[in-house]
Amino acid sequence: MAAVRHFLTRHGRRLVVWLPLLWLVVFFALPLVEVAQTSFTEPRRGIPPFAPLWGFGEDGFFTNFNLENYGLLVEYSQDYLRPAGNSVRLAFFSTLICLVFAYPMAWWIARSSPSHRAILLVLVMLPFWTSSLLRIYALIGLLNTNGFINSMLLQLGLIEAPIRMMQTDFSIYMGMLLTYLPLMILPLYAVMIRLDDDLLDAAADLGASRVEVFRTIVLPLTVPGIIAGSLLVFIPAVGEFVIPALLGGPEQVMIGKVLWTEFFRNRDWPVASAIAMLLLAILALPIIYARYQDGRETALDRAEDAGRGGAA
Amino acid sequence: MNRGISWPALWLGIIGFGILYVPVTVMVIYSFNSSRLVSVWAGFSTKWYGELLENDAVLEALGKSLWVAVNAATLSTVFGVLIALAFVRLGNFRFRLLLSALASMPLVMPEVVTGLSLLLLFIAMEGLLGWPAGRGIDTIIIAHTTFGMCFAAVVVQSRLRDFDMSIEEAAADLGARQPYIFFSITLPVIAPAVIAAWLLAFTLSFDDLVIASFVSGPGSSTLPIVVFSKVRLGVTPEINALATIMILLVAASVVIASAIIYRNSAGRKAAAATGGSGHES
Repeated sequence: MAAVRHFLTRHGRRLVVWLPLLWLVVFFALPLVEVAQTSFTEPRRGIPPFAPLWGFGEDGFFTNFNLENYGLLVEYSQDYLRPAGNSVRLAFFSTLICLVFAYPMAWWIARSSPSHRAILLVLVMLPFWTSSLLRIYALIGLLNTNGFINSMLLQLGLIEAPIRMMQTDFSIYMGMLLTYLPLMILPLYAVMIRLDDDLLDAAADLGASRVEVFRTIVLPLTVPGIIAGSLLVFIPAVGEFVIPALLGGPEQVMIGKVLWTEFFRNRDWPVASAIAMLLLAILALPIIYARYQDGRETALDRAEDAGRGGAA
Repeated sequence: MNRGISWPALWLGIIGFGILYVPVTVMVIYSFNSSRLVSVWAGFSTKWYGELLENDAVLEALGKSLWVAVNAATLSTVFGVLIALAFVRLGNFRFRLLLSALASMPLVMPEVVTGLSLLLLFIAMEGLLGWPAGRGIDTIIIAHTTFGMCFAAVVVQSRLRDFDMSIEEAAADLGARQPYIFFSITLPVIAPAVIAAWLLAFTLSFDDLVIASFVSGPGSSTLPIVVFSKVRLGVTPEINALATIMILLVAASVVIASAIIYRNSAGRKAAAATGGSGHES
């Protein structure tokens, strides 16, 4: 015990930095290097199912570098680049739709009395804590051809035949809303709760209409929340797998699902790696922007601050 | 001026909460449906819950998921506290920029990329070092710890920032050593955030499908993997029952935890008003 205490006293500071740093270098940074390498290898039968990129053979050091996998992405653009475009399109409109619902919700929460606010915040946080796979499963039960909505509408005589809702853009957007709405609400709430009431009062006293107050004061002051929330929704939505896999049809294939299929069904690891690099290239700008906006504070910091207000 | 919200905004808000809650509510109700047909209500029954308890594959996967989540959450919390301490207490240490980049990127990395990249690393390591021999529970725990610690760090960091450093400085002036100060002063004060971080890491691990699918081996399927393979075949009352249990469990623990944390933070404020006390061992 004494030895442990002595060790901690002497090396505590170094351990605090080095333990997590080493872990993240080995299990986060190195794997990304590994993906980049694999994307330049040649597929083969065997374990692992790709030829080594470099190594030492009978003739000494060799490299086996090729761009074939990226060539395939372009050549079969229907199978690879179109889903990538789909991902960006669906993620972009999902972000917009989330914003349309989240903005009034966050405003509602921020303007409530403190006791109501705590309850509403827990209501927003709860879905965030429960499995999105299960919530999307629940959504299928609602949207299916023989699901809850169709059978209700049929029984009420409002429709003659079931409406097709699954495997459409609509089901994708519903899934995205269900999964990412809380991530949009929290940063918006965080900026709205700091909004100075006196500003709104002053504007109203000086004769501004509600629309003018919103356009000239509320909207500009909540832009940081809009940006933070949009990044929190857009970035994971582009790489989403579960939603296109369970709710989407052939028209809604997204890049995350293509990667999954290449890896698990076709066992083409080099192409799966090239798709991963393509996905990272698409997300590079938003990720860098999310990291450097507002100094050191990342977008998630803010969301968690808001979440803490709800949970704590 | 009326600071309330206008009618269109209120309606959008109500629809928003509806989207979050209606699907799960309908699922919970239909998990008590005695008919196998999902669209027909045939009376109240708990028979699907009974069948679930006899499904060995599901119970085994549940056990694995719990074991993975407890381990991953504990490791994540330890590392998360270390990262938070480094950023809030150590000032400008070497590699600060590197650590902050590495600790924030897993938060925004697409899951399919994280899963694929870790699997490729494990395969390469197995070839070079002979470890890990095959993939299973251990590799899932490692993968979940890697992103869990980043979420844990965010949660602990914001609490640590609010914490009055002068208490720690006073203890140091009175001769207390750093590890003692951490375990007897800092840790108790940030305990609610540490608990919250553990719970967050636990649920993230317990719910993860994508990353676990990549890094798990044959025979190490966690509950989400089993659920996903069943869900692909369609909606059934058994999965309704399983999903109901899982969601209600998480919901209940979140509500209880937030009540405890809320009470603690109220108590802490009262204690802060009367002043804290520390002593050297």
